Amino acid sequence: MIKLIIDKKTVEVKPGTTILQAADSIGIHIPRLCYMNLSDFNIENKPGGCRVCVVEVEGRRNLAPACATECAEGMVVNTHSIRVLNARKTVMQLILSDHPFDCLVCAKSGNCELQELAQTMGIRDIPYQGEQSTYREDTSPSIIREVDKCIMCRRCEVMCNEVQTVGVLSAINRGFTSVVAPAFEMNLDHSECTFCGQCVNVCPTGALTEVDHTNQLINDLADSSKTVIVQTAPAVRAALGEAFGMKPGTLVTGKLVSALRELGFDYVFDTDFAADLTIMEEGAEVLDRLTKFLNGDKNVKLPILTSCCPAWVKFFEHQFPQLKDIPSTARSPQQMFGSIAKSYFAEKIGVDRKNLVVVSIMPCVAKKYECTREEFSVDGNPDVDYSVSTRELANLIKRANIDFIALPDGDFDNPFGESTGASVIFGTTGGVIEAAVRTTYELYTKKHLDKVDFKQLRGMEGIRSAKVDFNGLELNIGIAHGLGNARKLLEEVIEGKCAYHAIEIMACPGGCIGGGGQPYIHGDTSILKARQKAVYEEDVNKTLRKSHENPYIIRLYEEFLGKPLSEKSHNLLHTHYFDRKKEIIIE
Amino acid sequence: MSSIKIKLKEKDVQQIKEIASSFGNKPGELINVLHKTQGVFGYLPAEVQEVVAREMNVSVAKVYGVVTFYSFFTMIPKGRYPISICTGTACYVRGAEKVLDEFKKELGIKVGESTPDGKFSLTCLRCVGACGLSPVVTVGTKTFGRVSPDKVKDILKEFD
Ligand code: SF4
Ligand code: SF4
Ligand code: SF4
Repeated sequence: MIKLIIDKKTVEVKPGTTILQAADSIGIHIPRLCYMNLSDFNIENKPGGCRVCVVEVEGRRNLAPACATECAEGMVVNTHSIRVLNARKTVMQLILSDHPFDCLVCAKSGNCELQELAQTMGIRDIPYQGEQSTYREDTSPSIIREVDKCIMCRRCEVMCNEVQTVGVLSAINRGFTSVVAPAFEMNLDHSECTFCGQCVNVCPTGALTEVDHTNQLINDLADSSKTVIVQTAPAVRAALGEAFGMKPGTLVTGKLVSALRELGFDYVFDTDFAADLTIMEEGAEVLDRLTKFLNGDKNVKLPILTSCCPAWVKFFEHQFPQLKDIPSTARSPQQMFGSIAKSYFAEKIGVDRKNLVVVSIMPCVAKKYECTREEFSVDGNPDVDYSVSTRELANLIKRANIDFIALPDGDFDNPFGESTGASVIFGTTGGVIEAAVRTTYELYTKKHLDKVDFKQLRGMEGIRSAKVDFNGLELNIGIAHGLGNARKLLEEVIEGKCAYHAIEIMACPGGCIGGGGQPYIHGDTSILKARQKAVYEEDVNKTLRKSHENPYIIRLYEEFLGKPLSEKSHNLLHTHYFDRKKEIIIE
Repeated sequence: MSSIKIKLKEKDVQQIKEIASSFGNKPGELINVLHKTQGVFGYLPAEVQEVVAREMNVSVAKVYGVVTFYSFFTMIPKGRYPISICTGTACYVRGAEKVLDEFKKELGIKVGESTPDGKFSLTCLRCVGACGLSPVVTVGTKTFGRVSPDKVKDILKEFD
């Protein structure tokens, strides 16, 4: 152990610890900008570039960047000497001298780490005036890049390249004109971007934000010729409260429903219902493939991969198109909801699909892209008109002068408001496969499942594997979250290193609870754990915990769909995938 | 929903493959591979960068990042008559910048670009060692000394 003194406090740390980490461990928060540490995922970004974290080390001539300087025995560190404060201020003023003064109209305002730092440091003027770098804005279906606001911390690059292994973003150019951009400065939409939004989650500024659909929503709600219905995803209820100062992990399902009602939606429905529907279809598919496989059918492809995450779907379409026959063909819950709403429900209430606006509230930005996929529309009319993130909803609630904390608990409308515990856990890594297991177990064994908690499937490890006993048949299950982990697992499958029957994949670290549209966690991964806990809590609170027991699901099949994998189900609830690999044509 | 397509000639792809493997396809050798590749093709168009990325097992964004970081690399083919303007100290002091501006205006291109017909391209050079003749401009294999902005038109006419 190494002993040193920081701001007159003695601290003992392991060799290799940086001054920044040592200070954190005793509650001294040295300001930082480019530095990022997602401890639960072993991701640390410390390019030492911004110099905001400089400290004074006794006996050294120059100030040291705390994020990149290791502690040494007997070191005496001062994090707020006058020299440090002045240097830090100069650094900030220099950074701000090449930054647009857009705070009043910036999407990131209020959540911006650069803005907050400028305030904390009491910056009131910027004495350095010079040229400002300008770049064109890039808008895709999910993400807006306003690179003028990029401070070159390169957190997004670490996210996209190392965590997600998508490799779309890289620092380009040098000096004054350097920014982070896709290859050849092409638009994100033309790249292999999955729209997972993890880069948005870590960007400290407004350089990367989501496409905002709230104004469109406000207009639709005000249009009396339209019937506007909403569905809300499982992970939203476990995080929305944070935007109103509630403790991470507070479940706000009832308040969420009331808020949506006050906003003026004609019907407030639950994506959880559609998650139960997903399990009916996916479960039937698992059972079908499994039975054929066990009967020795060589044409059957195992493992079956889950398909409810649109970022994951786009990832394998680009990176592993050779596997495109392996994932389940079941659409995501968002899209299942949309197609049922615009067929079955539209008919039921006698509204033309063109006058029925289906909005989704999602923890995700990839869902915005998913809404725009052509195969999810009929005659140009999308099944889900657009998707709004948890963050956008929080802002809209504030804008509508709704006192969220004081709202009473409301109930979802039927027929798409009832859901089981199995559907709620869709919001976390491990949840979809657990929900599928609960249903397929009973379908396969024809026995009642008493213990529905499959603890072996839960956790936060990036790649997990577990065995589930199907009454003598041992089912091997793989789970990966984060696309880098998904890649690893898939490569093992391709190399034949592991034999899974089923694999669950979610693009975002933690699953949807850590989605690209959730309230910002600013590097605090313990928030994800709290959200995960909340999701499992909601599961336990439900009377029904297996998707196939949902009475409204049963009725939907009786009245409309027939049975899982029926022709109608295939048309409305299943999909197909595309080979999007870059092809080198040799002439 | 088609995939992204990159078109290249078979022998070009083969050449890139050979260069990459001569450096053991190691990502750490990316700069050397690009250097050699540019030596062969004269420039590094997007298609070539795509193949290099694939061979070196790095993202094409990274390759592009390296190409744009070092001013040595270029994505634009040289014109049939590459124009180089010396901006070394002596030439600079004697008005090389004004000459450069005139070339830009006449050709309608920036430094590092080529004219759409592929005839001329424009680059700057550090001192060519002919300071007595400053400002110095070379076009193709010809050298021009004591160039002033009003001579630019005539110089270009010589290559009609
Ligand atoms: S990125 Fe931050 S500092 Fe920059 S304009 Fe937006 S809110 Fe202000
Ligand atoms: S959305 Fe995901 S895939 Fe796209 S650039 Fe950001 S991190 Fe990369
Ligand atoms: S886009 Fe955002 S995260 Fe990426 S380097 Fe710029 S400021 Fe950092």
